[in-house]
Amino acid sequence: MDITVRILRYNPEKDDKPYFREYGLKDVSPDWRLLDVLHEIKWKQDGTLTFRRSCAHGICGSDGMKVNGKNRLACSVLLKDLNLKKPVVIEPLPAMPIIKDLVVDMSGFFSKYEVIKPYLITKTPPPPNSERLQSNEDAEKLFESAKCILCGCCTTSCPSTWSNENYIGPAAFLKAYRFAFDTRDEAGDERLDIIDNPDGVWRCHTIFNCIETCPKEINITWHISQLKKRISSREM
Amino acid sequence: MVKNYDVIIIGAGGAGLRAAVEIPKEYSCAVLSKVFPPRSHTGTAQGGVCAALGNMEDDNWENHAFDTVKGSDYLGDQDAIETMCKDAIRAVIELEHMGLPFSRNEDGKIAQRKFGGHTKPADPNDPYGKRIPVMRACYSADRTGHVMLQTLYENCIKNKVDFYSEFFVTDLIVEDNVCKGVAAFDIATGEVTVFHAKAVMLATGGYGRVFRITSNAHVGTGDGTALVYRNGLPLEDMEFFQFHPTGLWRLGILVSEAARGEGGILKNKDGERFMQRYAPTVMDLAPRDMVSRAIISEIREGRGIKGSDGTDYVLLDVSHLGKKVIDEKLPEITGFARTYLGVEPTKEPIPIQPTAHYAMGGIPANVNCEVLADEKGNTVKGLYAAGECACVSVHGGNRLGTNSLLDIVVFGRRGGKAIGEFLKTAEHAEIKSKPEEKTKEKIKSVLNNTGTEKVYKLRTELQEWMMEKCGIFRNETDLKAMVDKLGELKERYKSISIEDKGTVFNTDLMEALELENLLANAEATVYGALNRKESRGAHTREDFPKRDDDNGMKHSFIFENGGSPEIKLKPVTITKYKPMERKY
Ligand SMILES: Cc1cc2nc3c(=O)[nH]c(=O)nc-3n(C[C@H](O)[C@H](O)[C@H](O)COP(=O)(O)OP(=O)(O)OC[C@H]3O[C@@H](n4cnc5c(N)ncnc54)[C@H](O)[C@@H]3O)c2cc1C
Ligand code: FES
Repeated sequence: MDITVRILRYNPEKDDKPYFREYGLKDVSPDWRLLDVLHEIKWKQDGTLTFRRSCAHGICGSDGMKVNGKNRLACSVLLKDLNLKKPVVIEPLPAMPIIKDLVVDMSGFFSKYEVIKPYLITKTPPPPNSERLQSNEDAEKLFESAKCILCGCCTTSCPSTWSNENYIGPAAFLKAYRFAFDTRDEAGDERLDIIDNPDGVWRCHTIFNCIETCPKEINITWHISQLKKRISSREM
Repeated sequence: MVKNYDVIIIGAGGAGLRAAVEIPKEYSCAVLSKVFPPRSHTGTAQGGVCAALGNMEDDNWENHAFDTVKGSDYLGDQDAIETMCKDAIRAVIELEHMGLPFSRNEDGKIAQRKFGGHTKPADPNDPYGKRIPVMRACYSADRTGHVMLQTLYENCIKNKVDFYSEFFVTDLIVEDNVCKGVAAFDIATGEVTVFHAKAVMLATGGYGRVFRITSNAHVGTGDGTALVYRNGLPLEDMEFFQFHPTGLWRLGILVSEAARGEGGILKNKDGERFMQRYAPTVMDLAPRDMVSRAIISEIREGRGIKGSDGTDYVLLDVSHLGKKVIDEKLPEITGFARTYLGVEPTKEPIPIQPTAHYAMGGIPANVNCEVLADEKGNTVKGLYAAGECACVSVHGGNRLGTNSLLDIVVFGRRGGKAIGEFLKTAEHAEIKSKPEEKTKEKIKSVLNNTGTEKVYKLRTELQEWMMEKCGIFRNETDLKAMVDKLGELKERYKSISIEDKGTVFNTDLMEALELENLLANAEATVYGALNRKESRGAHTREDFPKRDDDNGMKHSFIFENGGSPEIKLKPVTITKYKPMERKY
């Protein structure tokens, strides 16, 4: 099978602005990951093509990029799931500065994640020689949010992010949920206050782009709605 | 540019992050990592972390230690194994206290499940009699490593640890047996920095990428082990590389042993549960080296299934576990089978084949993570190593599943503590050489090389040859051929050229530097394998099929020795476990 891919290229040392470049590949298998295609180009056609990757199976969050208009992980997209009659269009994740080609500057993304205090906050000391107890049911309530791999696909797909760079964003909210709904956490208002503001959860207009795009199929909007409920109930 | 720190930790996987949490606040500490910390390889770990908590059934740390010694095929140092297994219970409870979201049992305690090679005596009054599988692996569905890495990273954020993310370490500065820091470049800008430190910890992970089929991430290129080796310091037991029996066919992506711990079974082409013949008591839950050999034997005897790529596979069946168990306990790995192979595990078996998985060998270190300068036990001042890149040796010839996530938190912490002690009196030793210039030269020589060799081509050849000649079954003819091939590849490496000549995020350059590191790791592995004339743990010599306890109860210390590697031996430390035949 032969395919064509169009990749947005940008090298700050050479280019004034990003441009598309097309690559043709022959004899690829429909079972290939898109990441395999990128490697094939890098290794055999154009060594300057630049992207991040590590695990190659959707768990490290390195290779978020825009594929045919949708944010995805290159290692989790198989060619057979794409329309190959037209060129596959690959661009960097939106709403973040491009460092080079498909590599974006994620420092803003991570600093928002840090803002919500992404760690267990406790006041009561734990039992000295044993674990704190928690029902499996309560533990499993955290699992979906804990699945997040911080790839940035959701936050950069959200119109609220595009229109306001201070918006904390869905990935960080998901993390806030992960702790606020942990029966062991005692942060209370300390964390909720951070997300209860105009740049916080209230800027989520349930547009559902985040759910659409999440490679781990997390129902992010539901988690944000739980945070909204918790914040509203404390105000009552 | 030069930056001064009390301690530099290289690697932001479980080992590096756990060490960082432990460094006392009064000391300046920075963690360098070539990927963002939560992208580190620890996050791919699935099945669990073990400790004899006894939450599901009676168990104790002595059982765990016995299993680890036996699993190591008696090559593990027994004092170190005892240290780890005793500390396991505290270490896992500490992870819970840090916030790790474990799956829970009915009492609300940490849930545990079975894993290969973890057993206890069937009759508690007969500790050396028949043994049965025990639930010892603590888990969070099948994302244990992912949540462990996240939890440790979160605790580092809480403790305001200084990170240099996407910094690639190129050089370790060791002068007169004193470690004085490292040189690294900022991947985003190409700028070279010397981190001048009183103590350095290496926590750089494994080198599975020397093999064609591997569960390891692309970044698993053994950079830390290579840095040590090239500095004239030894590597230990590099011939022991674990092949995990169940990698997804063709891709090598891991299907955790948890699948078998929950009741999954291996079948050959005739639908036979073949492990019955190889390990009658524990069957599918035998240790990895044995199951991998069994799979290859089945394939060699014609009971495998030929895949479209020409390679053979066998089947892992979890369909009888039911959708509920699969969705709750094995969601991630069954998802991989669906996504990548189009197989529905609730209905059909998963095609699997062994995949290169874990380096038992590595940088020799004592139980306080101090790096050893030789086989006599002398240490390098200020240099520490922990995690998969280190060899303490708690895994000996074969690691038991769930013992690595344990190793990284136990020894990460111990290393951090030891560094804290060391820093009380340590000073910045003056750097006499010119490490900044050295790294700049090195980068320049790659960028300016106009040779005709391509990095990907050399790497692919290396990986294919290593898989063929130095994989699960080895023999002298193949290993000697591999030695020659390595010589050729090293020679050809001198005339590589890369296309990207820029300074900003040059992944072409990184791949070239990583290839050099892979070659160093492969060299140590092959020479070690050639020198060990016995079969023990994961090292199987067709020409020496038996374990040789008279000569083989020794660790191999390999020195680069200017291109003609030299091996010295260090006796295994034995406390109370006498080597016996390894049957399951
Ligand atoms: C798929 C898979 C599943 C596994 N499942 C389990 C399991 O269930 N239970 C278990 O006990 N074990 C498991 N293991 C093994 C275990 O996950 C690893 O051995 C362990 O996580 C290694 O941790 P580490 O901290 O030593 O290294 P890693 O997590 O690999 O981290 C290495 C770090 O070093 C950095 N680094 C490397 N080179 C450089 C350089 N040149 N410059 C700067 N930084 C550098 C990297 O950026 C990274 O941060 C599994 C392994 C795999 C591959
Ligand atoms: S490379 Fe790890 S998520 Fe794609």
